[in-house]
Amino acid sequence: MNSVRSEIRPGAYFDSAVLMQLQRALLGLPGVADAGVVMGTPANLELLDQSGLLTDENKKAGANDLLIVIKAESDSAAGDALKQVDSLLSRRRASVADEFRPKSLETAAQQLPDASWVLVSVPGRFAAQVARDALNLNRHVFLYSDNVSLEDEIALKKTAQAKGLLVMGPDCGTAIINGVGLGFANRVRRGPIGVVGAAGTGLQAVTAHIHTLGGGVSHAIGAGGRDLKLEVDAITMRQGLDALARDPETRVIVLVSKPPAASVAAKLLAAAQAVGKPVVVDFIGYPPPARKLGNLHFATGLSEAAEMATQLLVRGKWEMPSQLPLANCYLRGLFSGGTLAYETMLGLQAVLSPLFSNAPITKDQTLPDPLKSQAHTIVDLGDDVFMVGRLHPMIDNDLRLRRLRQEAADPDVGMILLDVVLGEGAHPDPASELAPAIKEIREQRLEIEVVVVVVGTEDDPQNLESQVARLAEAGAVVFRTATEAIEYVAGRMSEPPGSVGAPVSLESLHQPLAAINVGLESFYTSLVGQGAQAVQVDWRPPAAGNEKLAAILAKMKKSNQ
Amino acid sequence: MDIEQANATAVSRMMDARPVLKSVATARDVIPGMKSNLFFHAGPPVTWDRMAGPMKGAMIGAMILEGLAKTEAEATAMAERGEAQFAPNHEHGAVGPMAGVISPSMKVYVVENLTHGNKAYCNFNEGYGKVLRMGAFSDEVIKRLRWINDTFASIVGEAVAASGEGLDIRALLAEALHMGDEGHNRNKAGSLLFLKWLAPLVAKVAKDADTESEALKFIGDNALSVLNPVMAACKAMTDAAHGVEGSTLVSTMARNGTDFGIRVSGLGDRWFTAPAEIPQGLWFPGFTAADANPDIGDSAITETAGIGGFAMATAPAIVTFVGSTPKDAMNATLEMYEITAAEHKHFTMPVLDFRGTPTGIDIRKVVEKGILPRINTGVAHRLPGIGQVGAGLVRPPMAIFEEAVIAYAEKYNL
Repeated sequence: MNSVRSEIRPGAYFDSAVLMQLQRALLGLPGVADAGVVMGTPANLELLDQSGLLTDENKKAGANDLLIVIKAESDSAAGDALKQVDSLLSRRRASVADEFRPKSLETAAQQLPDASWVLVSVPGRFAAQVARDALNLNRHVFLYSDNVSLEDEIALKKTAQAKGLLVMGPDCGTAIINGVGLGFANRVRRGPIGVVGAAGTGLQAVTAHIHTLGGGVSHAIGAGGRDLKLEVDAITMRQGLDALARDPETRVIVLVSKPPAASVAAKLLAAAQAVGKPVVVDFIGYPPPARKLGNLHFATGLSEAAEMATQLLVRGKWEMPSQLPLANCYLRGLFSGGTLAYETMLGLQAVLSPLFSNAPITKDQTLPDPLKSQAHTIVDLGDDVFMVGRLHPMIDNDLRLRRLRQEAADPDVGMILLDVVLGEGAHPDPASELAPAIKEIREQRLEIEVVVVVVGTEDDPQNLESQVARLAEAGAVVFRTATEAIEYVAGRMSEPPGSVGAPVSLESLHQPLAAINVGLESFYTSLVGQGAQAVQVDWRPPAAGNEKLAAILAKMKKSNQ
Repeated sequence: MDIEQANATAVSRMMDARPVLKSVATARDVIPGMKSNLFFHAGPPVTWDRMAGPMKGAMIGAMILEGLAKTEAEATAMAERGEAQFAPNHEHGAVGPMAGVISPSMKVYVVENLTHGNKAYCNFNEGYGKVLRMGAFSDEVIKRLRWINDTFASIVGEAVAASGEGLDIRALLAEALHMGDEGHNRNKAGSLLFLKWLAPLVAKVAKDADTESEALKFIGDNALSVLNPVMAACKAMTDAAHGVEGSTLVSTMARNGTDFGIRVSGLGDRWFTAPAEIPQGLWFPGFTAADANPDIGDSAITETAGIGGFAMATAPAIVTFVGSTPKDAMNATLEMYEITAAEHKHFTMPVLDFRGTPTGIDIRKVVEKGILPRINTGVAHRLPGIGQVGAGLVRPPMAIFEEAVIAYAEKYNL
């Protein structure tokens, strides 16, 4: 038999919602069949009556009285429930209720307007759109997601480039910006070494080793595994290089990557030559053209790259050549020596592109017609093609003189490189024929530089000193080793910077890092743990993964643009 | 098609609308299309055979009130024979809470949008307990309705007329939002402001002290007194935003107890409907979710206009309705910013540093983010004649927003 117990608390006002909640809590107590917690208004009493909760005792309650009625399976259960009322009324949910998590990038950006970075680690098929949204909001993107199409990557990077923003990735696992690691990153001391890497473990290995060696990192910028592919054209790496070049806190730059496409590497290294800071290059598996080309230092491994960078800091600032580089012109190399030609190819292919030769290192460098140069060209005039019915160019200068004039007549040519090999058996006085030709060229076109490598000793019959002096007098820049000549040519032919699009704002690198994380929660936790400001987006697939609707929504977005 | 521009236009019209309570009139005299056997109801169109219990109950009561039937049986028979016709309030510039029934002889508030000139209408609030809007139609319900219609509404009407310029509801709402109301489920402050404004006017027009006292007490005792003019004001605001070519903003959300329906500014007068859901709520003593009728009423016009559930952050007193905390209320409003086009120029919330309420529901954002509008609501008993059983939170079905997006793509050849 059910027992009804009630309590009237005169003059006790509670919001009706609080009372309804109390009532719900009472209903959850053991043995309670029904409960009513109301202010004693006539309407409420009527409701209680309908539920069989009104008794002669409790119907005396007035409109300003709190009336609590319990119907329970026993009198003691009802009494126990009544005793719980006060504790239930004072019970509060834990005050550490969850902070609001924005559901979209847009809202997150409103919540944390200072966030210059957006970390994206949602599934690949959604990642490009999130990255696009981030760029539309003028934020840099750290794109951890993989399975983003190459077309999307190119489009995103071009958009970013035009806006002075970085898209690090896709498939970028690591970056360190202003001392804060994004994604997977080691805790690395701050310092003057800036790193740009195709990212992932290479970047981690270099930055960690720099730390171990006592050095520190200004920024480590990831570019993504495909950035150095021909189609992507190292957009991000070149932007990163440019930013670090301008960054006053960065004194040495390290470039790390898997082997890049040759033309991309050339463009990148040409740009690196112009940054005015020492640059350590480690293109893993890529044949280094030399140990050093001007400000470029080639490492053969990740740890060596870190070591070189740390040592370069100690050695102090690298001086830029005061001469302006030659812009928008081609090099023509006319060699009598095959090995010298080959070494020059090896050194210059790193910075000149496209580069052709009748003695190519790679197939795509093959000069279609050995008699006709194109773009940058290195010709080995000792090649069999030229030897039919003719003496070797070390003995007979005739072919070389004609080719010299031919090149000088080409308006696109800005530099001609020659070798002069002295010694027994060679032409008795090469300068007597070459110097007047050089002088003639320089008189006609002063802008053409002629560079000569003279190989010989002071004991050689041709009189080394006199050969060098006469060539120099004719206007040539003369070197005694190919290495020096290559370094000089590479420096003089470097591309001026400026092709990176709108410059990445240094302020966005230097201000305290604030980021929006879309995807892996651990990235958010890590940012906050490092003291960075961060907002986690409670991201869900657009239209709950309904492709038809998502496609319409995407069209609607496009129709706005 | 510049959707953003269209939406900016629509939401500006919604916010710039200035609804003023101008008069009280008889429905058949002022509401376009009203005629003697026509009964308006809440929500999208619904036929008698599909009407929910409380809606049928309210219709029966209205037919009795109109003198077309004397009993429940007579009224039901009339409806079944098709002698009574039904149409949605929303298609006639009107709104009504819960069943929302407006019959030809009922007195209605007339709210005029001074900015754009359109008008909106709403019936009178009957208070709590057994009321027509919850589907009750007993003698006492009809008796109260007659008193409201014959005595109370006339006094209010004369008072409004005596004011000269009417009551600026937008200004009243802006103030009430600063006093803990969200304008839908909590109208305590707004109703007191209404009473404060009416009292001196009623004192002027009432024929004696008893009438005056009775009228003022009726307003003061009912914390929902102002809900009906507020709903008419919201209707005037959202109607101003309707019909903007290319806009993806919702201009109507309404329920008839059977279906939930929305209309979209750039998609004409087409309704997108799906079965209404049962609100999650707290139940009055003796009731449970099993007693609840699916979602009903035009009052979601408040959320459509950027208040109600969208302004939860400013109404912490009612958060416990859905068993939550003030923090949750804050989060509820923050969530609604995700699916809206603007922050209201006039409706601000002190607790959010006077940020405007989230205004102008965008079907694109709802579908893309999977976030449904949040509606605070009362809950009616599923059977006619019983009344309110609780209050709580409800969300519309996602399907109607998805359909609207598809319809938009078809209409605008996307």
